Amino acid sequence: MMLICIVLIPLLAGVIAWAIGRQNPGAARWVCLLACAIDLVILLTLWNNQAAMAAFAAGGPWLMQVNVPWVPALGISFHLALDGLSLLMLILSAFLGIVSVGCSWTEIKERVGFFHFNLMWVLAGIMGVFLAMDLFLFYCFWELMLVPMYFLIVIWGHENRIYAAVKFFIFTQFSGLLMLLAILALYFLHGHATGTYTFDYDLLLGTKLGSGAAKWIMLGFFAAFAVKLPAFPVHNWLPDAHTEAPTAGSVILAGLLLKTGAYGLMRFVVPLFPQAAIDFTPVAMTLAVIGIIYGAVLSFAQTDLKRLVAYSSVSHMGFVLLGVFAWNRIALQGAVMQMICHGLGTGALFMMVGAIQERIHTRNIEKMGGFWEVAPRMGAIAMFFAMASLGLPGIGNFIAEFLVLLGSYQANATMTSIASLGLVLGSIYSLWIVQRVFHGARENQAKLPDFARREIALFASLIIALVGLGFFPQPIFKTADPALSKLQQLAVAGQGAVQVSEAKHSGGNS
Amino acid sequence: MTLLDLVALLPLIILTAAATGIVLLMAVCRCHRTTALFSMAGLGLAVISLPFANSMAPNRAVTPLLMLDTYSFFYMGVMFVSSFVIAALAYAYFEKQDGRREEFYVLLLTATLGAAFLSASSHFVSLFMGLETLSISLYAMVAYTRDRRDSVEAAFKYLVLAAASAAFMVFGMALVYAEAGTMEFAKIAAARGALEQGNHLVLLAGCAMMVVGIGFKLALVPFHLWTPDVYEGAPAPVTAFVATVSKGGMFALLLRYFVLIDVHQYPSLMFLFTAIAVLSMFFGNLLALLQDNIKRILAYSSIANLGYVMIAFLASGHMAVPAGALYIAAYFITTLGAMGVISVMSTKERDADSFADYRGLFWRAPWIAAVFTAMLLSLAGIPLTAGFIGKFYVLAAGEESSRWIGIAALVVSSSIGLYYYLRIVLTMCESAEDEAPVSRPSWTEATVLTGLAAALLFVGVYPGPLIHAAETLVASIL
Repeated sequence: MMLICIVLIPLLAGVIAWAIGRQNPGAARWVCLLACAIDLVILLTLWNNQAAMAAFAAGGPWLMQVNVPWVPALGISFHLALDGLSLLMLILSAFLGIVSVGCSWTEIKERVGFFHFNLMWVLAGIMGVFLAMDLFLFYCFWELMLVPMYFLIVIWGHENRIYAAVKFFIFTQFSGLLMLLAILALYFLHGHATGTYTFDYDLLLGTKLGSGAAKWIMLGFFAAFAVKLPAFPVHNWLPDAHTEAPTAGSVILAGLLLKTGAYGLMRFVVPLFPQAAIDFTPVAMTLAVIGIIYGAVLSFAQTDLKRLVAYSSVSHMGFVLLGVFAWNRIALQGAVMQMICHGLGTGALFMMVGAIQERIHTRNIEKMGGFWEVAPRMGAIAMFFAMASLGLPGIGNFIAEFLVLLGSYQANATMTSIASLGLVLGSIYSLWIVQRVFHGARENQAKLPDFARREIALFASLIIALVGLGFFPQPIFKTADPALSKLQQLAVAGQGAVQVSEAKHSGGNS
Repeated sequence: MTLLDLVALLPLIILTAAATGIVLLMAVCRCHRTTALFSMAGLGLAVISLPFANSMAPNRAVTPLLMLDTYSFFYMGVMFVSSFVIAALAYAYFEKQDGRREEFYVLLLTATLGAAFLSASSHFVSLFMGLETLSISLYAMVAYTRDRRDSVEAAFKYLVLAAASAAFMVFGMALVYAEAGTMEFAKIAAARGALEQGNHLVLLAGCAMMVVGIGFKLALVPFHLWTPDVYEGAPAPVTAFVATVSKGGMFALLLRYFVLIDVHQYPSLMFLFTAIAVLSMFFGNLLALLQDNIKRILAYSSIANLGYVMIAFLASGHMAVPAGALYIAAYFITTLGAMGVISVMSTKERDADSFADYRGLFWRAPWIAAVFTAMLLSLAGIPLTAGFIGKFYVLAAGEESSRWIGIAALVVSSSIGLYYYLRIVLTMCESAEDEAPVSRPSWTEATVLTGLAAALLFVGVYPGPLIHAAETLVASIL
């Protein structure tokens, strides 16, 4: 029930905000802020519930779940379930929800009600994705978060918003359809084999698939998640969408939407198709490494500050892909950490760009420089997030990238060595931002008021979170660990089952 | 003819009586409101009589001509409800117009009757009767706003092409008859067994020529050329009728006929239908990209949508029947909603079919824009709308019987198709210079649009009952 509430609260807040937004925009903002805050409190209470955590760590099925039949004729149920991984992602969602309402406080002046409606619904869709344990329901949430995001970009975006929004929508929808096909194929194969036709994740785990079928179905899922992540050849919707979206949209896109792809890989691709995923590992790792290097290089070549940050996302998310496919405990922990830290850090950078754009009405780096003199607080904060982005020890990102590299070194030393170059390139473009924007001669004479209290508060909360993660990462590991090791066990069990069935098969032939 | 036969025929009898009643009523009083209400009452009664007829006289063959089974009653129900909605839309639409408006409802009822006849026919004679009753009523309906040039042009185009395709169809029937020696679907299917050793060439040629007639009514590529012009020229409620009821009857017939003769036995026919389906999807979606008129876009979108549903048809029987029924029901709700919005937005002079009419609609009339967006998202197959359930089921049916070519075409072409749906949504989001509020929709229009939106979401969120109903059809047809 609690889980339904978590999704329902933002949905309702969105409707209320839309209804009252026309008369009273301020109230709409407060309603949404409050909704996210309530969600956050609920989630933190859950996190604090040591007994449930311990029970789950000891091998309980889920921290919490609801399972009601939805369309029994087709074996579809409304199944939401929570484990440590989902919990962390949900906390991140609620937190970034607050941040994104906060950062659009002065930026969004038109159609405030409808804006917050879309913001809350995209958030609810994302939370649904992190909770859904029925593949049909998962697909519904997966698509549901697209539509409000599309509206956010199209209505409140920048110059080239229409192109960006349509590209974003078509990319994700096409890959989503491939996933739907894969879901259906899995549904039928499982149904034919066992006689129970179901979309339930728990039941579909360990479905025995022929290696050919498993490969194709896995690719269907992988396509959808790779687009969202984004992985190398299908990343090119991202710079456009991130650049053109309003600040809150970019924060949600970078902070949460990309994480749904990574989450999908961890939750579905490897546990459902362990053998196919292992066979696919070299390809996935190559894509990850290309993404890391390519994203970083392109990032350096941008003149549009927002685009620069967007490409850096491609690079950072490459580490997540690398970590997931290394599929050992350390790398997975690193990937989860990277998801959280990238969400916070890149979100902050997008807010920084948004704040600059709101003040000087351009994102062109050429027209910036010397901002430190007039806006020292802004400069210092930007410096911090640039350091976070390049992975300075003491900040969460360092822990994340270090663990990913440490873990994947065991899996594939060559790939990891190349990937670690990404850290070097990361330092270059991160320092480049600080150098070009805050130092040097001041060419732009536009007025540049320094951060006020609201912005300081938002950035401060992000800084505290990142530094906290940098020094005390243990709570995250402790929460994620039972969930991750369970996923690993499932994968091993599934792999064993495949090997047994294949051994039987070959035994039958000979 | 026994009493039970009459009971089974009750829905059709009510419809005929209502049509005749309106003609008599008009002789006494010419009142638009009364006529519209009368026709809606007739349709409503016909809908109510369906479950009654279905339970009293289940699966009854009345004369060799008609097979009144659950399958045909389901399609009749969907079509009657659609006609009911169209009558309500037409009432609001023609209220804005001058001239004689009452005859429209006679034509609407006879056309619906023809479509219902098609869905129940089990014999070439009843097929042709239904087809012509439908077509002849439609010629007049398309040209009903006869002072508009486009309408008259569209009607002529439809007349000439429909007549030609009907000729093909009759010739095809003759060929099948020559080979099989019977005009009853069931007996043709039986005769096929006897023909095993002989060559099927004439039978196949006959079937192929019938496909021309069927493809024309369903607006499948390459028989689709009339579609955009007729959609554009016809008054919006008539466009809604052409897009829904007239296709529904024919689709029901197609599925019944080819399931009975077991089309999967003939690779050549299967190839033909696969080609038609794939071409329809791609032509429909690609050509829609080039249009600047909303009605034409919806015309091409309907071509593509009928292409999707052909995948269900190509799948094997036990999935094909429910998938087709579900898709048709979902498609009806969606199309009626979209056409309903156009009809509501139309003025006395012209139909609201240009992009300019919708610019900034989200800010001028949020409710109408929200309904239109929901309908477009449903056409695009986004979850929690009826359209998604239809598409989901079609994909499931296709996958179950491994129709990979069709499925691949669906995935690729529907992704292309997203672009033009989004384009309309985009136009509605743009900020218009003059945010002049749209004239308030009348009470009828508001009710109809709200009802359709509610139905769309209900089917999308809670598809259980409709799926159950569609699943029961299999037993009745196979």
